[in-house]
Amino acid sequence: MHWLLILFLFLAGCSGNTDQKSKVDLYSEQGILLLGNGTEPSGIDPHIVTGVPEHKILLALLEGLVIFNPQNNGVLPGVASEWVISEDGLTYTFIFNPEAKWTNGESVKPEHFVYSWKRILSPELGAQYADMLYVIKNAESFHKGQIKDFSKVGVSVFENKLVVTLENPTPYFLNILTHYSTWPVHPETVEKFGGMTSRNNKWTRVNNFIGNGPFKLDSWEINKSLKVSRNDLYWGNDSNKINGIEFLPIDNELTQDRLFRSGGIHLANTVPTEKIIRYREERPKELVEHNYFGTYYYRINTNKSPLNDVNFRKALSLSIDRDLIVKSILKGNQKVSYSFTPPDENSYNPSTKLEFNPVKAKLLFKESGYDINNQPLEVLYNTSEGHQKIAQAIQEMWKKHLGLNVILTNVDWKVYLARETQGEFDISRAGWIGDYPDPFTFLDMMVTDRGNNKTGWSNARYDEILNNAASQISTTKRYELYEEAEKILIDELPVIPLYTYTRTYLLSERVKNWQKNILDTNPYQFLSLE
Amino acid sequence: MIQLILKRLFTYIPVLLVVVIITFLMIHAAPGGPFDAERVASPEIIEKLNEAYNLDKPIHVQIYNYLFNAIQGDFGPSFKYPGRTVTELIMSGLPTTIELAIYSILFAIFLGVISGLVASLNPGKILDIVPMSISLLGICIPSIILGPVLVLIFGIWYEVLPVYGWGDNPGDKILPTITLGTAYAAIFARLTRGGMLEILGQDYIRTARAKGLSEIRIVIVHALRGGILPVISFLGPAIAGLLAGSFVVETIFQINGVGRFYVQAAFNRDYTMILGTSILFTFMTLTFVLISDIMASFLNPTLRDSGGLE
Repeated sequence: MHWLLILFLFLAGCSGNTDQKSKVDLYSEQGILLLGNGTEPSGIDPHIVTGVPEHKILLALLEGLVIFNPQNNGVLPGVASEWVISEDGLTYTFIFNPEAKWTNGESVKPEHFVYSWKRILSPELGAQYADMLYVIKNAESFHKGQIKDFSKVGVSVFENKLVVTLENPTPYFLNILTHYSTWPVHPETVEKFGGMTSRNNKWTRVNNFIGNGPFKLDSWEINKSLKVSRNDLYWGNDSNKINGIEFLPIDNELTQDRLFRSGGIHLANTVPTEKIIRYREERPKELVEHNYFGTYYYRINTNKSPLNDVNFRKALSLSIDRDLIVKSILKGNQKVSYSFTPPDENSYNPSTKLEFNPVKAKLLFKESGYDINNQPLEVLYNTSEGHQKIAQAIQEMWKKHLGLNVILTNVDWKVYLARETQGEFDISRAGWIGDYPDPFTFLDMMVTDRGNNKTGWSNARYDEILNNAASQISTTKRYELYEEAEKILIDELPVIPLYTYTRTYLLSERVKNWQKNILDTNPYQFLSLE
Repeated sequence: MIQLILKRLFTYIPVLLVVVIITFLMIHAAPGGPFDAERVASPEIIEKLNEAYNLDKPIHVQIYNYLFNAIQGDFGPSFKYPGRTVTELIMSGLPTTIELAIYSILFAIFLGVISGLVASLNPGKILDIVPMSISLLGICIPSIILGPVLVLIFGIWYEVLPVYGWGDNPGDKILPTITLGTAYAAIFARLTRGGMLEILGQDYIRTARAKGLSEIRIVIVHALRGGILPVISFLGPAIAGLLAGSFVVETIFQINGVGRFYVQAAFNRDYTMILGTSILFTFMTLTFVLISDIMASFLNPTLRDSGGLE
């Protein structure tokens, strides 16, 4: 043991940095943000990547026609300084900000958006987010190879303006444009380093990258850090108080937590569940908790007996005590779900209810005629302690209130995804985070044969309502139709919503103007450091 | 000797070939594919992606193509990181992983050999029992536990060492090195003790003592050379084990080494990356075992004479 003691005394003697400023202190003085950013980004090509860490980086490097407004979930002018919407809601004309520049000094032009959207919609690129642009006239047909001529797609340039024609009036079209898949790439750079549809294009390398966002790419060391610094050519620099950002790929939440506590990062993007209560008590100003536009639910395979019986599904839902799950297991201020789409008091707030009623559950369960001696049903989830705890609680509730036996199966992420897609499951845990703040991003998923439906459920009336809603210009009327669809979903329960996600993370008090919004998006040019 | 080394190098080919083929078959048999995602892509997109990465061809054609390209040094593009090649990703992390392994092995040899030496010179006494008990503990505590405990003590409670990174802050290499090296230090201590006890009982040591040589001279000049042989023989597998096992330490301390790719690739079904890292670790294991065999035969002429390399 002596050597340990000697080593410790030596280190204590030579380091002794307890009085020194932490990295966060030093970087704050220089106006540089240090962000814990989850996993290593798979890339920074906005038309290929699909994850949250990638989104956080692209938010610094590129800018779309509009910017997400972190205060009210709406939009602010971006590359487009203004826009005109036709009376029928089908045509959007974007007028470009003459000050919007690429990092090489060139102006961002409408033609660059035409190229970019052609790129993401080209089937050869294999872009997984191409369907975000399906609201544009003929975009889906072009993407599916049914038409080859891109000039037939509803995007064109007229008198230096970008004119977009939609399939249907889509009042949330501007919200869609805050998604990175709609952001532009610099055509000449893309062509130079691999061509429009090459997935192995090298245009995103540090020395090649040309962006149009508030920051420019400085360095990128894999699994270490990605650094950006203020783009002096950015049109909105007057309000930008951040000089640079360092994105640190830290996928281990305990490491991230330790680093935050030792003053190594301004933001730890997750908090270990078991530490939430302690943070709430000891460091409440640094713990941030707010609603998130996501639902945690159980997906039911309605192609299988007895799960094809609506009474059986209702019995399952009625015997789940959601309050208990939220308060005793999750403990992260999550809200119990009463609808599939997370409610928003200021916009879409459906009146559907999901009650906990074991008596009614038992009656419906009997009506379904299910024999509890049958082979037990399986609940499938991807390996995670959190999912396991919830599954165990629900297993217990179904056993207690219905006498139903279920077995729990945890598998690794890719196996879980493959089994869900192939329909090889009875009940599986699922979660969905909205891509833009509109109920459509949830409700559209349950339309017959949608890839993400995965339940086998189909309801002609539901499909019809969603179809009708798409042609409504009035948001009030559209929300009424959505609510009608939502009622069908909650009445038939191909999915059993459990709770609305909460974002919980640690944020240094030095970061100012941070907004708690349901998409958890804060464009960095609106932040400041103290 | 050179002939024997060449012979051993020649065996690399069938070993690597078998590793590639088995890995290829295993990853394709595993459920789930590289393009499975929570947001399901349409069948048309999956088809395009399979085409882009040559996954639409029969498996034997894929293996042939892979081997053909691999021989020329092209290990393909990563599926998970579009725009980057496997070679490029491996090379971005390999120097760090090797550096971590070297520091850890030096730490393990230094601590292990000294403890083993002290223990062997005091058999049955407190200086034997204490280091050997601690070494047993060192073998038993996995790095996944030891790392966070060290971080808690030195990084958070006393704030004397950084808890993150590699080469970014002074002293940030200390905790990862200790975390990775401790288990091997413990093994080396036990191997040294065993080896030394055996040698110290040999006739030539008794002769040396009878001649009146000092104990230090006997131990350092005469006994250590033979006593340390088990350590040398174990060095190869130890370094290979350190490299392959470095992913835990790399994850705990967020070190940008190649070990993390090894594990992440399997979870991501990044086929080319799995193959690339498997080939790399197989190659390194074979090479380090060969090197430790060569070192052992230099230290022990009987091994050299009897063709111990084989």
